[in-house]
Amino acid sequence: MGLEEKLPSGVLLTTVEQVVGITRKSSLWPATFGLACCAIEMMSTGAGRYDLARFGMEVFRASPRQADLMIVAGRVSQKMAPVLRQIYDQMPNPKWVLAMGVCASSGGMFNNYAIVQGVDHIVPVDMYLPGCPPRPEMLLDAILKIHDQIKHEKLGAQRVRLEESLELQALEAVPTSQMPGLLR
Amino acid sequence: MTEQTPDPTAAPADETDAAADTALAPSETPLLPLVVEQRQGMFGVSGSGDTSGYGRLVTPVVMPGETPRPYGGAFDAIADALEAAFVRGGETAYRQAVAGVVVDRGELTFKVRREHLVEVCRHLRDDPDLRFEMCLGVSGIHYPELEGEELHAVYPLLSITHNQRIRVETDCPDADPHLPSVTSVYPANDWHERETWDFFGIIFDGHPALTRIEMPDDWPGHPQRKDYPLGGIPVEYKGATIPPADQRRSYS
Repeated sequence: MGLEEKLPSGVLLTTVEQVVGITRKSSLWPATFGLACCAIEMMSTGAGRYDLARFGMEVFRASPRQADLMIVAGRVSQKMAPVLRQIYDQMPNPKWVLAMGVCASSGGMFNNYAIVQGVDHIVPVDMYLPGCPPRPEMLLDAILKIHDQIKHEKLGAQRVRLEESLELQALEAVPTSQMPGLLR
Repeated sequence: MTEQTPDPTAAPADETDAAADTALAPSETPLLPLVVEQRQGMFGVSGSGDTSGYGRLVTPVVMPGETPRPYGGAFDAIADALEAAFVRGGETAYRQAVAGVVVDRGELTFKVRREHLVEVCRHLRDDPDLRFEMCLGVSGIHYPELEGEELHAVYPLLSITHNQRIRVETDCPDADPHLPSVTSVYPANDWHERETWDFFGIIFDGHPALTRIEMPDDWPGHPQRKDYPLGGIPVEYKGATIPPADQRRSYS
């Protein structure tokens, strides 16, 4: 009938890492958490035309305890920051954060006293999605990329090694203002 | 609103008016048009040189003075009814409570002395000829240039019965930022007064729980005041850093 019929002697060898990665990415449940205009785009991504259900993500969980992806859709004000952190803390591991839109990523046009200048000041962000607001296609693209990231996530000793190398890379990275660009 | 309402009270109103004139001679001067400020150039930072030619743009910020009678339209009847309500109330003279009446751009504003704000609101709500049942909140304004009345509070009122809108304005000095709370008359103003306290630092005496509502509880200062810094961080681009908006060079 399906793929399993074509397996030689019904046996397939793989790694736990790959199985875990595929299962995790195929049922990623986002938390219902909209902060501003990006939330409208997030809602339309979940609705019929763009149909997030194609990726097993149509259930926006009302409780963070049942969710494993937080889409920060909109600007985070200083007053909202502790609330957002609490929602993040209530989500069970493993969990991922997608900073949707330029406000959640860097503060965007709200460079002032009231708005947190990038949600990565409060929670670790796995994927940054620019746009003001990003179109549903862009959100879908970011979600597919985060799926890919989850699918290829390492486990155990390999994960520790990967994290160490990423840390080293980050320490050696050149600050943005010192990079050559069109403005200099 | 009936035409007869002011007539029976016209004579006593004049008497109390005259009494108030003698009692309140210094503060009885009519409100004159007041130039609050002269703004030059475009908005934003100033004093860094004129590069665009907009620096010669001069915009005066003018407060309209008191409007002489007749105010026009239904406004005369509203003012008459309020005056009559004060006469019937008997405690305060109308001119003692209302410092001036301004009709500007087709809108009626009562400038009220803060001591009598609650009384004015109660008359405006309860008088059958006024019936301003709804107060649509309280807006704060900060005029750092106006000595002695830096902080203003504006209450837009709506009468559902008569389908009319007016505005009540009051002020307090920055050194003594106290206004009476109107929550005893308009209970829905509770959160609005908390917001105005939060953003402008106007203390509403008699409010049931005057705490911050928009900013975090431990926030220092009142952000909507003109002297509050905008804040912000320098933004890094490849090969450049852009300072926050209130520290950039002016282009006017």
